[in-house]
Amino acid sequence: MASMGNVLGLIFANMHEENLPELTKARAMASVPFGARYRLVDFPLSSMVNSGITQVGIITQAKYYSLMDHLGMGSEWDLARKTGGLHILPPYGRSDNGVYRGRLEALAGAAEFIHESGAEYVIMSDSNVVANIDFKPIIEFHEKKGADITCVYGKGVYDADRTSRFTVLGVDDNDVVYDVLSRPSISGEVKPALNIYVARRDFLENIIRESECRSLYSFETDILQHKLHDFKIFGYKYDGYFEIIDSMKTFYKANNDMMNRDICHEVFSMNKPIYTKVRDVAPAKYGIDANVKGSLIADGCIIEGTVENSVLFRGVKVGKGAVIKNSIVMQSSVIEEKAAFINGIADKDVTITKNRTITGSAEYPVFITKGATV
Amino acid sequence: MNHIKKECVAMLLAGGQGSRLYALTQEMAKPAVPYGGKYRIIDFPLSNCVNSGIDTVGVLTQYQPLVLNEYIGNGQPWGLDRAHGGVHVLPPYETAAGKAWYSGTANAIYQNIGFIDRYDPEYVVILSGDHIYKMDYSKMVDFHKQHEADATIAVLEVPWEEAPRFGIMSAKPDGTIYEFAEKPKEPKSNLASMGIYVFTWSKLRKYLIDNENDEGATKDFGKNIIPAMLENKEKMVAYHFDGYWKDVGTIDSLWEANMDVLDPKVPLDLLDDSWKIYSRNPVMPPHYAGPSSQIQNSMVAEGCEIYGMVDFAVLFAGVVIEEGAIVRDSIIMPNTIIKKGAVIEYSIVGENCVIGEGAHIGERPELIEDKSQWGVAVIGHNVNVSDKAVAPPKAMISKDI
Repeated sequence: MASMGNVLGLIFANMHEENLPELTKARAMASVPFGARYRLVDFPLSSMVNSGITQVGIITQAKYYSLMDHLGMGSEWDLARKTGGLHILPPYGRSDNGVYRGRLEALAGAAEFIHESGAEYVIMSDSNVVANIDFKPIIEFHEKKGADITCVYGKGVYDADRTSRFTVLGVDDNDVVYDVLSRPSISGEVKPALNIYVARRDFLENIIRESECRSLYSFETDILQHKLHDFKIFGYKYDGYFEIIDSMKTFYKANNDMMNRDICHEVFSMNKPIYTKVRDVAPAKYGIDANVKGSLIADGCIIEGTVENSVLFRGVKVGKGAVIKNSIVMQSSVIEEKAAFINGIADKDVTITKNRTITGSAEYPVFITKGATV
Repeated sequence: MNHIKKECVAMLLAGGQGSRLYALTQEMAKPAVPYGGKYRIIDFPLSNCVNSGIDTVGVLTQYQPLVLNEYIGNGQPWGLDRAHGGVHVLPPYETAAGKAWYSGTANAIYQNIGFIDRYDPEYVVILSGDHIYKMDYSKMVDFHKQHEADATIAVLEVPWEEAPRFGIMSAKPDGTIYEFAEKPKEPKSNLASMGIYVFTWSKLRKYLIDNENDEGATKDFGKNIIPAMLENKEKMVAYHFDGYWKDVGTIDSLWEANMDVLDPKVPLDLLDDSWKIYSRNPVMPPHYAGPSSQIQNSMVAEGCEIYGMVDFAVLFAGVVIEEGAIVRDSIIMPNTIIKKGAVIEYSIVGENCVIGEGAHIGERPELIEDKSQWGVAVIGHNVNVSDKAVAPPKAMISKDI
């Protein structure tokens, strides 16, 4: 079996941003905050590191400042290495300002990096799935099946609204992918693609070269769909917890899932931790009238009010008599004295001023943009 | 190897046993003892060094160095993983002349003259790993330069009745020290030495060698080096410090210093971005306050799961407080589990302990008639306390009960 040290990880930082316009206005999908102290990129990146991968490239397109700030040299993921390690790949050498139209064009921009890696296999992942995945068995599966491309999928019951925002696979009993449906709008039990693909490096390089010649740009349409019968495309079923972040609603739900102890212990496993940037802030402080129930609280919070069923990111301040319920409050936001925030998502550095009450509905949480004062 | 000259090198004395912390320092040196929910004591002098622009630090270890060595590692959490300088752990070593443990604070520095000489510094800052405080050493070095001093000693005004516990300096209004007394019965001043020194290296180097050659000497800064320099009329000045400074050498002072982080009136702001205290961070998810939790007046670190009641407590990373358990006026160190219905009061519980269901550790002082029987109870590291077991106030438990 190939050693995992011989696998290159590639993460697409900007895919699917159209599904989450509010949160990706000023940041890449990969740096969308999640789970009180993480960014979405932490999940594929930590999964790769925990699987023994030591070379990772992050393919960026735009708005990547916050992502670069988050990743730094990669030392938190133990990827500040003499050989291999973490590489951020900004768009370059394109006449169209680096705005690629799909994964194939993005890969073409990173072709030299991919080639120089010398890796035997390449694992590609988007950054819109929350899961802690062991990639070792996926590489083994890929080898055993003699696959050209392995697609990782999950299984679940979804409505047409959900499936109209992701890709659904048809996979037979022999794990052969026989159908690839982009945003199909169907309901029932389906097999959503988790946007994680494995291929041999030489195979991938051929695809990239050929697609460039033919001006093909979409990995999904031009390869998975159009070459479905030419290539050996297999599906690997992932059985663990996952959530595809494809709307504000699923973002809200997935954050809430982290309050479920079983899910939390699975995703943030002690043996396969999810790493993130270290901020060096003091632990959370609870004041005299603090009343916190069923909530996930990060370091640096100062809580003097009531917090229920909510997720508070680092450095959130909850004033005396303030109430936060069923909400997600991001880094350094302040809920002042006697203010209330119910069924909402507050981006970073939001202030809800004294005595104000902001209420959304459970179905459609109210969103407050970064830096706003209400 | 060529070394780039450094103006200032810090030497951190971290070899002390901290014997008055008993069970808490059986398996680790005092500077490695956890403090303030996510720190170890040594984070304070190390962070102070980095924040003061000192990037070359020798950490002298001797007693139980494993935890400390692993914790310091390559110094990355403090930004001390440098190409030139950085943090170096310096244990005692064997030479052609034989082997020698560090026999005193001055001897420990003496044995590392070679390390310091490599950087050819003008000044050496001597620190200890026993105190909680934030201090800008660069200001003290500037003060040393301004006064063209040979030694500068940081001093703190202490209440007169406490003065006999300290090394006491008598200084003229311009700061010049004219007298020094180690733990005097009748103190002539209330300026206590904080154990923080700036020396002009060429001077200190000479005194270290002289002291080493003096067979009767105890090889200690307070007992030998400072008195010898005073006697020879070297220029010695007192540098006044008036911020928060706490010696955490005893169980009571460690407990108090931890409670201080919960008191908004205490001037030790751990959330101050302009003077961050760095530490090696555990990789754990945010803490979870369960549906039945009641948490007030407390500090809670990442990875904790709380279903019980917590009041006036400091919980370190990965602590679990089960349903119906009560933790009050106590410090619970990393990864300890407090089982259902257990009660912890006025206690310090070490790392990786399991406190069984219904166990009772410590007691509230108001419930004890004979106050001499009351004190903070301590459970050492890696101790299992069985269900319904009782550890009375002042207990010092280092084995399973």
